[in-house]
Amino acid sequence: MSNVKTLLFSEKEVKRDLLNIHSIESFGTFDGPGIRYVLFLQGCPFKCLYCANPDTMKFEDGKEYRIADVVKEAMNMKSYYTNGGGVTVSGGEPCCQAKKLISLFEQLKIEGIHTALDTNGHVMNQYVKNLLELTDLVLLDVKHINDSMHEIVTGKSNHKTLEFANYLREIEKPTWLRYVLVPGLTDKPEHLHELGEYFKDFKNVEKLEIQPYHTLGEHKWEHLGMDYPLKGTPVNTKDQLDKAKEIFEQYFKEVVVN
Amino acid sequence: MSNVVTQTKQFVDGIWKEEIDVRNFVQLNITPYEGNGDFLCGPTDNTEILFDICMKAVQEELANNGVRSIDPDVISRINSHAAGYISKEHEVIVGLQTDELLKRAIKPYGGARVVEKACSEHGIQLNPQVKEMFANYIKSHNDGVFDAYTDEIRTFRSLGFLTGLPDNYARGRIIGDYRRLALYGADRLITQKEQDLQNLTGPMTDARIRLREEVNEQIKALKEIKALGSRYGLDLSRPAENAKEAVQWVYMAYLAAVKEQDGAAMSLGNVSSFLDIYIERDLQEGLITEEEAQEMIDQLVMKLRMVRHLRMEAYNEIFAGDPTWVTEAIGGLSLAGGHKVTKNSFRFLQTLYNLGPSPEPNMTVLWSSSLPKGFKEFCAKVSVDTSSIQYENDDLMRCTRNADDYGIACCVSFQEIGKHIQFFGARTNLAKTLLLAINSGRCENTGAQVINGVPALKSDVLDFDEVMANFKIAMKEVARVYVESMNIIHFMHDKYYYERAQMAFVDTDPKVNVAYGIAGLSIVADSLSAIKHAKVTAVRNEDGLAVDFKIDGEFPFYGNDNDSVDLLAVDVTSHFNKQLSAYETYKNAEPTMSILTITSNVSYGRKTGATPDGRARGIAFAPGANPMHGRDTHGAIASLNSVAKLNYEDALDGISNTMSLIPKTLGNDENSRMRNLVAILDGYFNRGAHHLNVNVLNRELLMDAMDHPEKYPQLTIRVSGYAVNFVRLSRDQQMEVLSRSFFDKF
Repeated sequence: MSNVKTLLFSEKEVKRDLLNIHSIESFGTFDGPGIRYVLFLQGCPFKCLYCANPDTMKFEDGKEYRIADVVKEAMNMKSYYTNGGGVTVSGGEPCCQAKKLISLFEQLKIEGIHTALDTNGHVMNQYVKNLLELTDLVLLDVKHINDSMHEIVTGKSNHKTLEFANYLREIEKPTWLRYVLVPGLTDKPEHLHELGEYFKDFKNVEKLEIQPYHTLGEHKWEHLGMDYPLKGTPVNTKDQLDKAKEIFEQYFKEVVVN
Repeated sequence: MSNVVTQTKQFVDGIWKEEIDVRNFVQLNITPYEGNGDFLCGPTDNTEILFDICMKAVQEELANNGVRSIDPDVISRINSHAAGYISKEHEVIVGLQTDELLKRAIKPYGGARVVEKACSEHGIQLNPQVKEMFANYIKSHNDGVFDAYTDEIRTFRSLGFLTGLPDNYARGRIIGDYRRLALYGADRLITQKEQDLQNLTGPMTDARIRLREEVNEQIKALKEIKALGSRYGLDLSRPAENAKEAVQWVYMAYLAAVKEQDGAAMSLGNVSSFLDIYIERDLQEGLITEEEAQEMIDQLVMKLRMVRHLRMEAYNEIFAGDPTWVTEAIGGLSLAGGHKVTKNSFRFLQTLYNLGPSPEPNMTVLWSSSLPKGFKEFCAKVSVDTSSIQYENDDLMRCTRNADDYGIACCVSFQEIGKHIQFFGARTNLAKTLLLAINSGRCENTGAQVINGVPALKSDVLDFDEVMANFKIAMKEVARVYVESMNIIHFMHDKYYYERAQMAFVDTDPKVNVAYGIAGLSIVADSLSAIKHAKVTAVRNEDGLAVDFKIDGEFPFYGNDNDSVDLLAVDVTSHFNKQLSAYETYKNAEPTMSILTITSNVSYGRKTGATPDGRARGIAFAPGANPMHGRDTHGAIASLNSVAKLNYEDALDGISNTMSLIPKTLGNDENSRMRNLVAILDGYFNRGAHHLNVNVLNRELLMDAMDHPEKYPQLTIRVSGYAVNFVRLSRDQQMEVLSRSFFDKF
């Protein structure tokens, strides 16, 4: 095994490179293929009504981690990556820390570790482009295909997300779309068809994952002293999930319900 | 099934023909299997009829305070009871410990008072004659030990520094090579032992005299085993001639052991691939069908599930759920290369479907990433479906111990079959030992001076180097007393409760190791981490004892793949193991140590005061080498990686880790769960880890089982090194299981 530290950075440089992290999950099985080491980065430009981790929203919160430590922990997991696993950066919105993530991904690529980026696609700049070059798989969260609905759900327009998606198509980046199905908010059949129509010819899109709506994050809103915007919204029925899957299957070769 | 015994295809000859060498027979005749479980069969009608009867009997047992019936009159020996059957006409494999299903026998040689108490707790009176005999004429192991115990050992024992010592119950852990009865027959084994005896000439040292007496006892046992066979119409004097006989012979040898002894753990060994050789031959010859092969294994396993010992209630504190540890090791590679997975490895696991999940026999897969993919995936599937399997690192044990024909003694401990035995040594409470370092060698609960020579700390703000220096003094002293207690216990056990029926199937002068243990490792690691990385102030009572600790600042917890604390656990393990190795042992047994608690982590916690990691007085420890519940915040793999750092060389008796996962966390569908579990096992063991229990369960299910035990008679969960029926645990133990880290995603 090579000595990671000497590969790219002097000790001093490494110390400067701190990621602002919300939490670490060493056993992720839903954020990319195989077993994933998932870094949840702190801070997100979106304020999704159904956010399950509202404590990741504020940029000023979080905990600083040295990239070298993250690399070390990820390297310690190498023996578990045998069925396609690797590292996923999620959030929050990881692209907000793209510049620092470049050095993380560079080191991971040198070690032959599979990298995945779970993003809402709202941030695009040269750093993000460089990061994508080092990314094996993008998990693109499309919150809503309808722009005004997108704004209701997230507080922002979906233009940037769709531009991001088109860039991924252009660079032929393997991508999984992810879609949170919220009863009464994001599950109208016409919207699902619209999303399908939009992406059906994207050859880089390998599959679509339906993320069922759950209320497990509700207590976190309360804990943070905020009102949970979707109070009373029921979780999906099996029938709703089946129907959504059926619609998406008309457009995508693989659709799974997570 | 054909009843005609014909001399079929010959086995491949080798050294095994000339000498007692089952390993050689297996190596030469095994048919490794590369495929998957598609060939497997369900239970036959006979099996189902029998198992219905068994399940009804088990329900009666549960309804009757855990014991169906007791024979308080006849002391259990190989040949003490008449033949017993579940339902004779449906049984292809016969034999029960007593004349009735689940009737428990008395074995007072370990300790007569314990047997009397166990009887009276169930409203039964021990036969007054038996009581009289052991009061006035016969000495038990327990009597012997307490005649020799020092005051110091008694203090350590009563204050909870040493707990669960096998001084009033049988030590167990010895595995007979029960395959020998099938391969050679009793007559040949007797001849061999007689030869050995002739060679045991002078000078007549203590050891030589003892061994001569022991071998004669073994010969008597073998003769009695033949008589036991006759009771069931079996001619055990000769080798088994077909598959059914091979299974039956192995079981009879094991049955003799569990009739004579009530050892805490009495493993079966490594019989499945041995039996496959006979089954494969009969299948090839067209003498049996696959369905019949499965029926034999199902019925063997059913019998093993019905093994019972009479225990008193206090025993449940350390070994909850009425375990017997009929541990069977399955799979693994051979030293020469190639693997030892056979179709019978699958058949054993298949019993968990045919008869439902179960703690017994304690199925232990000897894992290597080089095992065939079909088998690995089948194991993972069975784990996900039943939570009844544990895994041990075959690459690690095979290479470190240079042996490939081994079983697992008790829960997690290596034992080369027929060549090697071990003396079980319970465990010491390492967290309490750390508190001795902080309290000038006094017990944190009673103030009693337990050890001398520990200086008082200079300040109530704990200094790492100072505490560490004191801790080393305490470890040295505790190790000394621990070794002394073991020497006495095993001397007396050999003298008063010698395992003649098991030792008859072991080489005459086997290697011996003594298996010490520690509890509370994660508490110690976290406490040292707190002292080192944060500011810890001892809060002392008027008597000067630290009753609480005030922690300022943050510190890393063991279980997050963080070297700055994990290496403290590694160092303490290594250091204490070295202390244990510094003293002379009975029979020159090689000292080894385990990090394993069984369910005693609950009672250990109860006996331990507040610790510097912030754990309050009385709170249960984490089991085995597990990180403390809720402190492994980086998820399951980081937690595994912390445990994987502990060196097997420092704990050759085993490093137990128990992982509980919510099914959904393991993956989105059956296939991904199976593949992810295989990846976890490969990943964990390739990092040099030793052992893993895998539970795949929902917490809600366990909560429901607490409220409605009658709905879950077979619900099985893995605890430290073994499995239990969840509904047989006490409320405290159930709560402790629920409080453990269940890795879930959200």
